[in-house]
Amino acid sequence: MLRLGISKVLSGAKIQHVAVVSRAASDIAKKPEKIEVFIDDKSVMVEPGTTVLQAAAQIGVEIPRFCYHERLAVAGNCRMCLVEVEKSPKPVAACAMPVMKGWRIKTDSEMTKRAREGVMEFLLVNHPLDCPICDQGGECDLQDQSMAFGSDRSRFTDIDFSGKRAVEDKDIGPLIKTIMTRCIHCTRCIRFASEVAGVDDLGTTGRGSDMQIGTYVEKFFMSEMSGNVIDLCPVGALTSKPYSFTARPWEIRKVDSIDVLDAVGSNIVVSTRTGEVLRILPRTNEEINEEWLSDKSRFAYDALKRQRLVTPMVKGCDGQLKPVDWEAALLTVAKAMNQAGNKIGAIAGGLTDAEALVSLKDLLNRLGSENLCTEHTFPMDGCATDLRSTYLLNNKIAPVEEADFILLVGANPRLEAPLLNSRIRKGYIHNETDIAVLGPKTDMRYDYEHLGEDPSALNQIASGSHPLAAKLKKAKKPLIIVGADAMARADGGAIRTAAMKLSQELQSNIVDGEWKVLNILHKVAGQVAALDLGYSAGVEKIRNADGIKVLFLLGADEGTISRDDLPKDCFVVYQGHHGDHGASIADAILPGAAYTEKQATYVNTEGRAQQTLVAVTPPGQAKEDWKIIRALSEILGSKLPYDNLDQVRYRLEEVAPHLTRYGAAENANYFKQALAISTMAKGNISNSPLDVKQKKLEDFFMTDAISRASPTMAKCVAAVKKHMESKY
Amino acid sequence: MLSSVRKAGCSLWRGVVAPRSIQTSSALQHDSLFVHRDSAADNPDIKFEFTPDNIKRADAILAIYPEGHKRAAMIPLLDLAQRQQGWLPLSAMHAVADMLKLPRMRVYEVATFYTMFMRKPTGKYHLQVCTTTPCWLRGSDEILETICKNLNMKVGETSKDGMYTISEVECLGACVNAPMVQINDDYYEDLTVQDTEEILSDLKAGKRPRAGPRSGRFAAEPLGEPTSLKGEPTGPGFGVRADL
Ligand code: SF4
Ligand code: FES
Ligand code: FES
Repeated sequence: MLRLGISKVLSGAKIQHVAVVSRAASDIAKKPEKIEVFIDDKSVMVEPGTTVLQAAAQIGVEIPRFCYHERLAVAGNCRMCLVEVEKSPKPVAACAMPVMKGWRIKTDSEMTKRAREGVMEFLLVNHPLDCPICDQGGECDLQDQSMAFGSDRSRFTDIDFSGKRAVEDKDIGPLIKTIMTRCIHCTRCIRFASEVAGVDDLGTTGRGSDMQIGTYVEKFFMSEMSGNVIDLCPVGALTSKPYSFTARPWEIRKVDSIDVLDAVGSNIVVSTRTGEVLRILPRTNEEINEEWLSDKSRFAYDALKRQRLVTPMVKGCDGQLKPVDWEAALLTVAKAMNQAGNKIGAIAGGLTDAEALVSLKDLLNRLGSENLCTEHTFPMDGCATDLRSTYLLNNKIAPVEEADFILLVGANPRLEAPLLNSRIRKGYIHNETDIAVLGPKTDMRYDYEHLGEDPSALNQIASGSHPLAAKLKKAKKPLIIVGADAMARADGGAIRTAAMKLSQELQSNIVDGEWKVLNILHKVAGQVAALDLGYSAGVEKIRNADGIKVLFLLGADEGTISRDDLPKDCFVVYQGHHGDHGASIADAILPGAAYTEKQATYVNTEGRAQQTLVAVTPPGQAKEDWKIIRALSEILGSKLPYDNLDQVRYRLEEVAPHLTRYGAAENANYFKQALAISTMAKGNISNSPLDVKQKKLEDFFMTDAISRASPTMAKCVAAVKKHMESKY
Repeated sequence: MLSSVRKAGCSLWRGVVAPRSIQTSSALQHDSLFVHRDSAADNPDIKFEFTPDNIKRADAILAIYPEGHKRAAMIPLLDLAQRQQGWLPLSAMHAVADMLKLPRMRVYEVATFYTMFMRKPTGKYHLQVCTTTPCWLRGSDEILETICKNLNMKVGETSKDGMYTISEVECLGACVNAPMVQINDDYYEDLTVQDTEEILSDLKAGKRPRAGPRSGRFAAEPLGEPTSLKGEPTGPGFGVRADL
């Protein structure tokens, strides 16, 4: 049996999962006694049930492996991890064998070496050895391990008789290229698809030497996280289609950075060569993305070369935007701003970093304007955004998998924050988490109880008149996750108050002091920083302000404001990196830097500040955003008091100290007070049904200025549509 | 097709010691494909439904397995579908997947693993001729030849009228009665060419030939007199050293 039965849907059985690293493990009151085993004669104390491989890892002995992966169920089918155990006649598979008391494991003995060499030989017999034309070359487990453990000569003579085994390639979508002859049948991709992604489309067909990995029927592997199988595949069977034949791993420069295409803030590594982003890979961060990455974050990088604004532009007398130099552009903008006095407004888009946000705010404040808002709406009544706990994912991302009940309100985490959804799914599978959804019925890759779309159900649950109330109140670790789309409604404030009320009630019977019931899930990376810095959410303020003379769009591309909302003579400045909606209504364009081109601070939906680093220089004459604003301020005659990044960050720290504590997510508090203030606000939940913008997988790929400019993302959308029509 | 290209390549190679030889790798090792290709006979649009009788049988099968382990009913259900249809079309796999509430891939995996699930149209009589060593030593080649000639078909083919399919199979576990042929669920053993022809003419006449050994044996007992184990069975301790 290759796979443990995974899905509850499949079996309905409670499966004890062996390999889950669970923080809940520490909750177990009495720990079983540790047992002693010897790895290469070194003694190590481990808990019963530890596998040989894990025990060895504890003292830093690494056992080679192909099929074993920490985050997937144990398969035990590659046999690369064979080690000798004293008194055992045969070598044992370290990844699947739990240790017994007093075992003496030899990871370096003659028998172990011969076992590894033998396994390696069999793998290579069925492997094409086409490393020179393989994209995995240089970062291939098979290559590395055959160097380390393989034999130095070949006994393969079948080539003259039956030839090499060959398997036909599969077409599984626009992201993953398959060269199935290279597959070593570790089944990691299958386990990922079925356990983590929840899309059971990959499997093994056939048997013996004719076994192959694939979909059997012609079908795409469409998931919002499909790209991860590229990283998982230990050989070059699954490689990245957009990156194919682009570079060798030793030619590229790697820069650690942060993803900004959703509000999760996944850690990434940006690979570049000669000033070009070649690919993006995930970087392990247990608190956030583990080692996964969503497809949008991984593959939208090709947009960084397209539709870019590379030179400042100003509208000429013929109404056409014309390229000008920086000086002319800044002078034109400054002139308009000087004339406008304090009748200036600014809208910050979802991809804006904290440095640019604080500079722009300081500048406008100096000019006497308070009209600063974000493009994405958030309730501004009640306690507005004064208390952080009302707009953060307070309980953080990682503990989501420990929850025993999750109520999703107007959110579709699968498409809005795929990596949060993978945590929910993990809880669903390994922790028996129950999930209920208030909002439209969408496919989340787990079963949930659908509570309808009427937001007032929240009040009913709180008052106990809803059938779910009893269950929720019994939960020891409940979570309420409210989505950005619910918050963007006109009655968002009332929904939030209702959620706060309910959370407060549940909070009172929770033992764990760190557990926070109330969680808000944002969709864009810039929102939390903007709220932290005191931007008001939503463009209402600009619409209502009369006689705005200059509107400064800082990467605002969602089209929430149009020319019709503004006075005729309003001068629109767009600062950003992609020619999208914002640029199309602008009178002047100041080209900024995208997230791979600047060192900038972003705060994710948990309130965790993280920074991107410069991987490549901005194209053309584009500049880092805060620098543009700083230069503009000088021309305007109200010079901002910072000349370098450190000084901007000092200023950030002055406003909100947590913004520069990189990596840390500060706890937000004052839930009670927030509720007290919120309940004073009037306004009731309307009975219009809750909705989310992204419902189907095709809505996932193109959501912001960057991903909309990406050809790969466009291909994904087309592929999903085609997939939907397929009969399989 | 591929293999013929390969053969052509090989003969080229042998004929001329060619500097322009082409390198090929093995095309196909197995006689069936392990991916699905839509065809007129087998595609997901073809309807497959269990007959009312078979639904009753399916329920009985499902009832055997406890809640949470229902997926274990997959193989019996696939078999049921195959018996109903004569072979196992893709839509039957889908029907089984729906019945068990399993992803379709999980059913494809099982259906492709077992060689006795016929994933292409198969004749009403599936003649599986064993040609493994014991049967071969006892003349299975002649039996196979007789069948092929009689039905005017080659191994692996299905007759146009959909009545017969001939396959060559490995040991079916009846070596003691070699040579043997399995036709649907019945074993025909201790065959001679004559027996085989008789069986085929029975089939053609729509009769069900008598199953079992044709040599006059009842089962696997020796022909004629027993040659061994003739006395009373010995009790325990027989032949054991006294000091043990
Ligand atoms: S394709 Fe890669 S990950 Fe999947 S089974 Fe083959 S080697 Fe493993
Ligand atoms: S790693 Fe142990 S069998 Fe593959
Ligand atoms: S060899 Fe033919 S049945 Fe065993």
